[in-house]
Amino acid sequence: MALVNGDLVAQVRGHHRSFGSTRVLQGVDLTLRRGEFVALLGRSGSGKSTLLRSLAGLDPSPRDEVSVTGRTTVSFQEPRLLPWRRVRENVELAVLNTVDARTRPDRVRDALGEVSLTEKADAWPGQLSGGQAQRVSLARALVSEPDLLLLDEPFSALDALTRIEMHSLVTQLWERHEPAILLVTHDVDEALALADRVLVLEDGQVAREWQVSLPRATRSPEHHQVAQLREEVLGALGVAPAPRDDLADSPQYARHLKTSGAA
Amino acid sequence: MSSFVPTQPLTGPAPAPAPAEPDVRRPRRLRLSWLRRWVSPVVIVAVWQLLSSTGVLPEQKIASPAQIATRAAQLTADGTLGAATVISVQRVFLGFVVGAVLGLVLAVAAALSRIGEDAVDPPMQMLRTLPHFGLIPLFIVWMGIGESPKIALIAMGVAFPLYLNTFAGIRSIDRKVTEAAVTMGLTRRQRLRHVVVPGALPQSLVGLRQSLGVAWLSLIVAETVSADSGLGYMINHAREFLQTDVIVVGLAVYSILGLATDSLVRLIERKALAWRS
Repeated sequence: MALVNGDLVAQVRGHHRSFGSTRVLQGVDLTLRRGEFVALLGRSGSGKSTLLRSLAGLDPSPRDEVSVTGRTTVSFQEPRLLPWRRVRENVELAVLNTVDARTRPDRVRDALGEVSLTEKADAWPGQLSGGQAQRVSLARALVSEPDLLLLDEPFSALDALTRIEMHSLVTQLWERHEPAILLVTHDVDEALALADRVLVLEDGQVAREWQVSLPRATRSPEHHQVAQLREEVLGALGVAPAPRDDLADSPQYARHLKTSGAA
Repeated sequence: MSSFVPTQPLTGPAPAPAPAEPDVRRPRRLRLSWLRRWVSPVVIVAVWQLLSSTGVLPEQKIASPAQIATRAAQLTADGTLGAATVISVQRVFLGFVVGAVLGLVLAVAAALSRIGEDAVDPPMQMLRTLPHFGLIPLFIVWMGIGESPKIALIAMGVAFPLYLNTFAGIRSIDRKVTEAAVTMGLTRRQRLRHVVVPGALPQSLVGLRQSLGVAWLSLIVAETVSADSGLGYMINHAREFLQTDVIVVGLAVYSILGLATDSLVRLIERKALAWRS
């Protein structure tokens, strides 16, 4: 392997997982480098979330199959905040064991500031909108400065406009904190707008892989490279690519693709 | 006279007051309805007093409200009532503490581990169907007629509602939230403090209110069966001398104590469950 070890945050080699007689992961190989943004696509039941759970340490997996260095945090599809703790406390709990008690309040304030929710610090999670709760979840995942941030379809439950805002927020946060990100999604356009590398999981293995070298600012859906990639990825997912008339024509989306990620 | 068995469902806060009319008239209507609710109790007491004064209700059957009030003042002044109340409250407190610790520890053990559940839950589910007052003869055989059987009876009554509700409360915690706590790097002890306890608390408090109701009920039964001190003793002693006024005073104190602990739990609920509003 050409990489030096210090550049890796996670390495998965020949990872197998099965539930009863159903074999979900059948020898997955995956390497995540420091600071890279990887999107993992796959049809429902392809094992995307199972792989993410292995990386998050939520399910036990053999050390020689899954190894992660440094701190890993997760933002899930649902915000999964503790409803009985205020927003500020929810974020603070994520640094309870890693940050000194005296500097914790500052860290929490900064983290909430980054997702523009400083004024909601004392609110209960139940008082937040879906998008706000998901932003708190992001702040909670980033406050501990993780080496690897796992995003498990974190935008799929949000409305289209909120999702677009979240895309640019995630890009900004990624540029500022530079964690490696593994984004599990079923949305090809989301993957192509955000990631450096796009993987497709199929039959329990990483079946295809693409580099997205285009700068994020230029990734408009009309760009011929993006359009071609989109067609290829959809093909790999077994979907006949349809002309995209839903979002491409929407001015918000076009603007979003131009503004998100000023890299 | 209010019973100690909770008569309203204990699954949530008390029902909201009747829907208010348009804003302007609201305060006045509320005050009026509050007054209206006092009319019938006052009328009942007045009629009762009238029937007693005219001799329709003989004193041996039930004393008049005025007599009861006088007796209450006298029992308070000579310290009889205070001493009896202190003893009864002590019994409930001891029994409650023993039963609550037992119920909570067993619930946590059963809810948080597979072995705990297999070991604890089946016997608890079998025992809970047994009316615990049925155990009085056994308790007397085992422990005599001193303080121990009374406290044991109260503890039995307290342990089950707390066990069942806390167990259900812990099990009702969303697994996804627990997982999130794991990914935040919280230790087992920290998860107990920040996830399990607050997550189970709403249901646990329902159990607490039931427990306190049963605790007072158990006290009355225990003191009525055998006692040489306490409110139950005062009441039984008065029965022998047909002092119906003393009996009613004792019952009223039972009732006030039950109300007091119930209000305390409501207060705790309002403070601890603010996040649900």
